[in-house]
Amino acid sequence: MDLQQDYFSLFGLPQGFDIDKDRLEQAYRDCQAQVHPDRHAHRSDAEKRVSMQWATHVNEAYRTLRKPLLRARYMLSLRGVDAGIETNTAMAPAFLMEQMEWREGVEEAREGGDVSDLEHMRQRLDLHERELHQNLSGQLAEDVTDGELAADTVRRLMFIEKLQIEIDDALEALED
Amino acid sequence: MAYSEKVLDHYENPRNVGAFAKDEAGVGTGMVGAPACGDVMKLQIKVNGQGVIEDAKFKTYGCGSAIASSSLVTEWVKGKSLDEALDIKNTAIAEELALPPVKIHCSILAEDAIKAAVADYRKHQEAKGE
Repeated sequence: MDLQQDYFSLFGLPQGFDIDKDRLEQAYRDCQAQVHPDRHAHRSDAEKRVSMQWATHVNEAYRTLRKPLLRARYMLSLRGVDAGIETNTAMAPAFLMEQMEWREGVEEAREGGDVSDLEHMRQRLDLHERELHQNLSGQLAEDVTDGELAADTVRRLMFIEKLQIEIDDALEALED
Repeated sequence: MAYSEKVLDHYENPRNVGAFAKDEAGVGTGMVGAPACGDVMKLQIKVNGQGVIEDAKFKTYGCGSAIASSSLVTEWVKGKSLDEALDIKNTAIAEELALPPVKIHCSILAEDAIKAAVADYRKHQEAKGE
């Protein structure tokens, strides 16, 4: 195994946003079995350190590829595209307005104890998230050279994720 | 994470929360968002006939540092000309509120919100002039 290999190659998967989850799981388990530190218990300290490093690398690769948003961000980084997560504050005004309305809606539903409203919002968001994932699949295709569209979708998904957390928090608070 | 006293003060007693009507004369609206944390910020300025910002309002959905940053800049921009307002740097906001490095993007958000509000105001003025 080679630490410089990208995560897709590490697991023997084709590089793409749409991923075969079963294949990923299987490849992860195979890799893990190879590098697990316990397998190297009888070896020297140096060898144990290397195998520990490997185990960490494999876990990180798995965690990254398993989550669609992390996977997309990783693919952008492989292409040298900065998604501007920390710096790009200029989202489309209509999108930001919509985010504002969502957040207001969640706040109102939380204060009003409206569980069904929150659940309904969660469903709409999940649907929207799936649409954005579908967009990413095309935007991150191998023959697409401009990464900016995918970067924009990634930024949008970051907001969607935040909203989902807010809704889940609200639902949890109302359950108590 | 421990917030500084100034952050807590602005967070617990935010100044100038609210909104002006978007199409009210002399109002500029800036909408910005920080993907890293999903924060959204709306900052509005109200500019008088002399080109001075006489009032400002904000609404922010975000962490304490984001709310404090926007609250602080609504105080800072009042009484300033547009160009003076554009001179407000995120580093000054971060310094005033003693923001830790991981919260610097909250101050960037506030700086960008002022810039967006001023740009929106100027756009409206140009449209009127045509």
